[in-house]
Amino acid sequence: MRRPMMFLLAAAWLLAAGLPYYFMVQSGFKTQFELLSAPFWALPKEWTLENYRTVLAGPFVHSLFNSLLVVSLSVLLILATASMAAYAFARIQFRFSRPLFAIVVAGLVIPVHVTLIPVYLLTTKLGIYDTLWALIGPYVAFNLPISVFVLTEFMREIPRELEEAAKMDGAGPFSIFWRVILPLSGPGLATVGIYNAVALWNEFVFAYVLTSSPARRTLPLAIWDYQGQYSANIPLIMAVLSLSALPLILIYIVAQERVTGGMMAGAIKG
Amino acid sequence: MKATGKPLLFLLPAFAFLIVFVVWPILYSIQLSFYDWNGITASRHFAGLGNWRVLLTDAVFWRALRNNIIIVILSIAIQLPIAMGLAVLLHRGGKTLKLFKVVYYFPMLMSTVAVGVLFKAVYNVQFGAINPLAETLGLHALALDWLGDSRFALFSVIAVICWQFIPFYMILFLARLVSIPTELREAASMDGATGRQFFWRVELPLMRGIVGTAMTLSLIGSLKYFDLIWVMTEGGPSHSSELMATYMYKQAFATYRMGYGSAIATAMFMIVMIAALATIAAGQRRKLEV
Repeated sequence: MRRPMMFLLAAAWLLAAGLPYYFMVQSGFKTQFELLSAPFWALPKEWTLENYRTVLAGPFVHSLFNSLLVVSLSVLLILATASMAAYAFARIQFRFSRPLFAIVVAGLVIPVHVTLIPVYLLTTKLGIYDTLWALIGPYVAFNLPISVFVLTEFMREIPRELEEAAKMDGAGPFSIFWRVILPLSGPGLATVGIYNAVALWNEFVFAYVLTSSPARRTLPLAIWDYQGQYSANIPLIMAVLSLSALPLILIYIVAQERVTGGMMAGAIKG
Repeated sequence: MKATGKPLLFLLPAFAFLIVFVVWPILYSIQLSFYDWNGITASRHFAGLGNWRVLLTDAVFWRALRNNIIIVILSIAIQLPIAMGLAVLLHRGGKTLKLFKVVYYFPMLMSTVAVGVLFKAVYNVQFGAINPLAETLGLHALALDWLGDSRFALFSVIAVICWQFIPFYMILFLARLVSIPTELREAASMDGATGRQFFWRVELPLMRGIVGTAMTLSLIGSLKYFDLIWVMTEGGPSHSSELMATYMYKQAFATYRMGYGSAIATAMFMIVMIAALATIAAGQRRKLEV
């Protein structure tokens, strides 16, 4: 009784998780005529690369580079600022340490939308509206809470003896941070880095509000623009989606545990 | 003196970002909620409690809040049990499941925009995936206008939300299951416990903490929800899938009522904070009981 039920669940989720991908990937190789005339589950009779050719000739590739640039800059800034703050919270005793940490953690639940209007106004005032620079500030700020939190937990676990030894040699807090704590925080930094990279790679709201021209769009916004422009051409849209999903799927297949572990960073506060 | 000076330098960069892009904007939003302003002209008009009075009697806002709460309830009720079932399955499963596992995570590997655009096509009345399949199977009653009918739109999107987030909770639960010592399992089976008994009496009670975490994440996330609804329905048709965040966006950036948009945003902020504080309080009471 139990086994068949379990098998049913296993098979049901396999289909639920896999079928939309099947629909997406094979539709991207169909012509518009075939999509309309043949059932969606049938594989294309003639595999066409036309959709991919159109997408790759358009603004898609440019937005890919935009995303790469914004995400890598933001993640670097997050890692730098969050690891410094985490070091202070984990290793230095100071007044207001607990309330300040509480303020950072409170940032975990703050809805982006409550900051949207002021950040938009600030961005226009600074004259960086519709540039990639506009995204970096909010991207860093909104991902600091989780990053500081995870890194603080991580640095607390590093044995004190290593720090004491460096202190004996006359090292100040900066060289302890740089030479002792940071090199030992590798796994923590990797987790936080992956988590943020995935989250920002997919970020929508800020990019939607703070950019407008095709040349400044990040990948999610490029998808948004394509569906607005070609809403009737489903095969083309599916080619865009397949291409946009590809990077993360490739990375995931190569480093499955790392990626899923990193994406869970948002939940380890248990 | 030195001891307080040093953490300051370490904290300064992070807090600079937080103050400019989180703290100040929240305070400014609260302030703007007392004004009438289109965000463009230099002069803005102090409106006192005007926006707030409108908000309290705005049927669309209440509808949006109700929709948010529906998402909270259905997300927790649908996602967590299925995720738990799949996690148990993966934990005990044999070799076949190892192959399944790769596909199991697929839904969380696509960006929300991509998921939304994909499922808009899947739900498409004429050339989508669901209606042709329903017609072929003879289930004509299931060939519906999934996103265009105000009775179904919200639930059609909730189904996609579940699709996207089940793998996330599955991995979360699986990680906890793996950390339960195998000796417990061995001892239980020596005492003659079946796999089912072991799950209900040993594993599930041990997972109370992580289930609580999952519920909190789901609660807060659902109250803040925006992306998928915006991509798939923009809150429509006729506000049937409107959320607080989509309504706020429309007021502020489509009709340029920055004051009223700020009032909605501030209300949303307060609701999320109250929900968060309530879960913290509930969590602490639970700890005291144990």
